Amino acid sequence: MAENKTILVIGEMEQGKTASITRELLGGARALAAQAGGDVSLLLAGEASAQLAAEGIALGADRVYAAIHAGYNEYNCDAYTALVSGLCGNIQPALCLMGQTDLGRDIAPRVAARLGMALAMDCVEVSFDTEAGSFKQTRPVFGGKAFSVLATAKGLGQINTVRAKSMQPAAADSGRKGDTITIADPPDATSLKVKLVEARKQEAEGVKLEDAKVIVAGGGGLGGVAGFEMIKHLADLLGGVVGATRVPVDENWVPLSMEIGQTGKIVSPELYIAIGISGAAQHITGCINSKKIVTINRDPEANMFKISDLGLVADYKTVVPILIEKLKAAK
Amino acid sequence: MDIIVCIKPVLDPELPPAKFAVDSKKNEVIPPEGMPFIMSPYDALAVEAALRLKEAAGGKVTVLTMGTKYTEDVLRKAVAMGADEGFVLNDTAFENSDGFATAYILAQAVKKVGKFDLILCGRQAADWDAGVVGSALAEYLGIPVVVRAKSVEAANGTLKVERVTASGSEIFEVPLPALVTVSSEMGQPRIPSGRGIIIAAKKQFPKWGAGDIGADTSRTGSAAQRNILTRLFIPSFQRTCEMVTGKDPAEAAAKLAEKIMAIKP
Repeated sequence: MAENKTILVIGEMEQGKTASITRELLGGARALAAQAGGDVSLLLAGEASAQLAAEGIALGADRVYAAIHAGYNEYNCDAYTALVSGLCGNIQPALCLMGQTDLGRDIAPRVAARLGMALAMDCVEVSFDTEAGSFKQTRPVFGGKAFSVLATAKGLGQINTVRAKSMQPAAADSGRKGDTITIADPPDATSLKVKLVEARKQEAEGVKLEDAKVIVAGGGGLGGVAGFEMIKHLADLLGGVVGATRVPVDENWVPLSMEIGQTGKIVSPELYIAIGISGAAQHITGCINSKKIVTINRDPEANMFKISDLGLVADYKTVVPILIEKLKAAK
Repeated sequence: MDIIVCIKPVLDPELPPAKFAVDSKKNEVIPPEGMPFIMSPYDALAVEAALRLKEAAGGKVTVLTMGTKYTEDVLRKAVAMGADEGFVLNDTAFENSDGFATAYILAQAVKKVGKFDLILCGRQAADWDAGVVGSALAEYLGIPVVVRAKSVEAANGTLKVERVTASGSEIFEVPLPALVTVSSEMGQPRIPSGRGIIIAAKKQFPKWGAGDIGADTSRTGSAAQRNILTRLFIPSFQRTCEMVTGKDPAEAAAKLAEKIMAIKP
């Protein structure tokens, strides 16, 4: 185990606010620190860090490292790899938590390779093994068909990327006290190798899938764009959002931003309606935390029924228009 | 442009969950009998990306793989698709290497291959799904890296890479030599031609051990593992599914609508 028992959370921002994944990681880190006997540090980068540091402390950090420099305002994988490697090298955290986000996927393997730290990606659970005195990770493998549980090799600090909605954020407590340490240095210019020339936003307008209370998701069984237009009506009537499996994305019926599953979004709505979805493991891993799952599929053997609360074996083209009509009548 | 592609044989990820089994004592997956491993699908797309670049800009495509089983099969597939050469990294000291040890071994092998402009890998292997090897390999070689690419284009001595992000995509200009990992948005891998299959059938794939590539075996294999697998299990997500029925689909749909209205938030 590393000397320093701090748990370092790598913070992220969404439209100038503390990202939901960062709130979750701070809540999780707080609970782990209580068991492991350490404290919680948070790294924030960019000029907005100055404003967000106090909130980080209220959400569970004992110490905020604020890299307040305009060079960090936009995320850059090379600059952030250098920043996080520098900080981890200095403070030697027992555990460094990142989200399984663009940032985590980019930099976690690079920082771990640079510093010789242990690494577990895409964790759905991180716990503290009191007997071994080290952290333990659970992560899906084989496209979600299996889970693996990992223990840290002796003496190594650990980096974990954590899947969204795997940890509980704590309620903000403005009475909590903590220190803010400013990192004033600009990004190391020699670290910058790749150059961003254009960012293309593809996010659907309105409510994000991750925040939706109702999701109507379509699979390869919808057969094309027209099927998605039909289920969009159903989603609108339920105040919900449309999602998709990998097949419709690969077939270009819908944009990648709508994909739910291991390589897409991880969602947990109150109601998840799966239409024309067979239920591949890599999709199930992305929607299994939904409160109620309803499946409509022509194939009674579809795997999706096994993980559903309600099911109807039928052609969606017959059923969905009737659902739409009934829901309209009930309004 | 000379390109090195790193590929891995894996259990077919399209294997239905009902046929997927694990040995919970050995913490291993039990492959169904008589089912050969295939090239990890993201790696097949890395081969595809390499061949598109070769068609556009010329050069040579070299394929590397590591292990003991099905290594020649996956190299042969890559050559049948159009790759020029392949090497197998095989040594008892390499067995049970984690992602970092694998990246180290590949880094040594890349140095042995010598000249290259670009290394392509899949975004993650379809078995352990970590997405570590490509980035770690780039770090060990000290070259730039972009992960999860949907397209790569050569442009005046640099590379234009479009990669997928949670909110869309980003386009990068990358100086060479570099490493890029490839995502499913690259498209479909090509199907080998008859001529490709004939060429591949005769191809020899040299084997390189630790000595051949100057690998320090204290950095490879079980002893170098940074995390230890303590348990492997199949999760149960089963729920009790209430099947809605009716005298015809219309009646069943009407019943389902009522049930949905009752549970909708």
